[in-house]
Amino acid sequence: MMAGQSLISVDKLTMRFGGLTALDELSMTVHEGEILGLLGPNGSGKTTFFNVLTGLYKASSGSIFLDGENILGKTPQEIYRNGVARTFQRSRLSLSLTVFDNIVIGDYQHMQHGLIFNLLRRKAFRAEYDVYVEKVKALLEIFSPPLVDRLFEPVDSFTMIDRRRIEVCRALLSQPRLLLLDEPSAGMTHDETDELMQDILQVRRKLDKLSVVLIEHEMNVIERITDRCVVLNYGKKIAEGSYVEITADPYVQTAYLGEAA
Amino acid sequence: MKLKETMTPAKSAVMLSITALVLTVYVWFFLHAESQISIAILLVAAILAVILSRRFGATLLVEQSAARRPRLSRWLAVGCGLALIAAFYSSHFVLLMLCGVLLYSTACLGLTVQFGYSGVANFAGAAFFGIGSYATAVLASHTAIPHVLVIFISGVIAAVIGSLLLLPVLRTRGHYAALVTIAFGILFKTFIEVNDVLGGPQGLQVPGMNLFGFSLNDGFSLFGLEISFYVPYALLSLAMFAGVYALVNALERSWVGLSMDVVRTDETAASTFGLHIVRWKVIAFTMGNFFAGIAGGLYGMIIAFVAPNNFTFGDSLLMLSIVILGGLGNIAGLIPAAMIVLILPEKLQFIQEYRFLLYASLVIVILLFRPQGLLPRKTRIFFAKKGS
Repeated sequence: MMAGQSLISVDKLTMRFGGLTALDELSMTVHEGEILGLLGPNGSGKTTFFNVLTGLYKASSGSIFLDGENILGKTPQEIYRNGVARTFQRSRLSLSLTVFDNIVIGDYQHMQHGLIFNLLRRKAFRAEYDVYVEKVKALLEIFSPPLVDRLFEPVDSFTMIDRRRIEVCRALLSQPRLLLLDEPSAGMTHDETDELMQDILQVRRKLDKLSVVLIEHEMNVIERITDRCVVLNYGKKIAEGSYVEITADPYVQTAYLGEAA
Repeated sequence: MKLKETMTPAKSAVMLSITALVLTVYVWFFLHAESQISIAILLVAAILAVILSRRFGATLLVEQSAARRPRLSRWLAVGCGLALIAAFYSSHFVLLMLCGVLLYSTACLGLTVQFGYSGVANFAGAAFFGIGSYATAVLASHTAIPHVLVIFISGVIAAVIGSLLLLPVLRTRGHYAALVTIAFGILFKTFIEVNDVLGGPQGLQVPGMNLFGFSLNDGFSLFGLEISFYVPYALLSLAMFAGVYALVNALERSWVGLSMDVVRTDETAASTFGLHIVRWKVIAFTMGNFFAGIAGGLYGMIIAFVAPNNFTFGDSLLMLSIVILGGLGNIAGLIPAAMIVLILPEKLQFIQEYRFLLYASLVIVILLFRPQGLLPRKTRIFFAKKGS
């Protein structure tokens, strides 16, 4: 599609947990504005890669450049402020908090955190709050209009699908440059996954240059929405290319289906 | 849900006023009651009233009215406090108990910020309360600093001493962090006991408060009535509680409260979205200790005498049990919980040693039927819907 500049470039990234090598000299690139599918069997290092990229794990060696700046060793907070947002494989919402609470925290970097502002200047706070209510509603309008009316209900009263939508909204609220989606279709039907993906594409059209990395097992999702794919196995990159290219790749077939008899 | 539409602002106001009146009258009877029979009747009446009003939806109506008119409910609560203080204008003992309830609740507002919002359990609440009392005792006896400022400085001292604990508390999690605060509470009491400069086990005298040239301990009469010198103290305690309550209430309904909630519920998600875990825990811990410190400072002036035995580990537990019994994170539950924890044992004097047995069983029974506390925390609504 659009072979823009590289937003993320990963070089010889290695992550070891004791004797286990979860990422083994992984090198790859994410271009500006592309949707990259990240594939591989269970335990191949996909989620570990997300965790290293977002600063939750400290890699053993290698480098990750975000827009020309090495972000390896930076805290999750710093990486978030550089425009990287994500969802989690197992939903990580605060269940006792409302839909609004869970989504609005996604734009933490632009909120005013001062105690004076928050506790004493209530009129000014109210003005900022009103702006955020509109922002959150506008985003929910795209993903799930019925949720707009339930904005102030706690998240634990919602279905898994709605929770996933809420998580995607939280990640998108700060208008990131890179969105990491960790198996968004888990537990969803085909139609629901389709709908979620269409919604993400719709947001991407409005957000200039948003890149997406998608961990996914559903092959038809990968086929329809990714521009390019990278396949991992045992922490190594074993294939890279378009969906057609990687599915024809003998290494990939072996990794997924085992040795040919 | 359907009921919500029927509660107009005017209806809500009527509902809240009636509730305030009933509660004030009940508390008045409760504080007045001396005989075992009347106390037993009042306790049974309270339990029946709670069950019946839940059964017939009255509780729900009151809750919705309060959500609809938050400002009115707060002013009515202050009004109830003032009415009770006025009703007991000459009764030293009742006023002293009211001061205790208000100031313990103020300290518990601090503990709520720490434990209820950011999840830092503090088992040394009484120690920080005590630091405030001792700081006030020393500053008011040996310096000429105006007493209002003395109370404020006592809060700051409690917060600063608390910051010594920050490193071990932040390096540990959950039970381990709680253990650090338990150790500190014991350390504080022992330190005071062996320290002769601070009076050792005998304790220290605290001068009475001098407010803009008026010495509050003198007592006075108004319209020919002897007014207890505890009345101004009770008013000050009420003012302090109301002020801190307003601050904590605003805190919960702000990005600060939201950030603390997210830090408590999921640290990993919190850091992924840029929240500084340490920053929010430090703010919560420091702020909570400050509130405990100023409450302790004023309390010291009221009881006129502080000793290490006033600030034991048991007292810290008492504070935490108020926080949990009221409903963890719901500051509106603190006053009723503090009344049960502090006043009920006094009222049960007639059964002597058994009073603690009865009182402890009551707390257990309440938590058995309401595991979330008397008034469980509500979902956050930042601002009430504008009147329609």
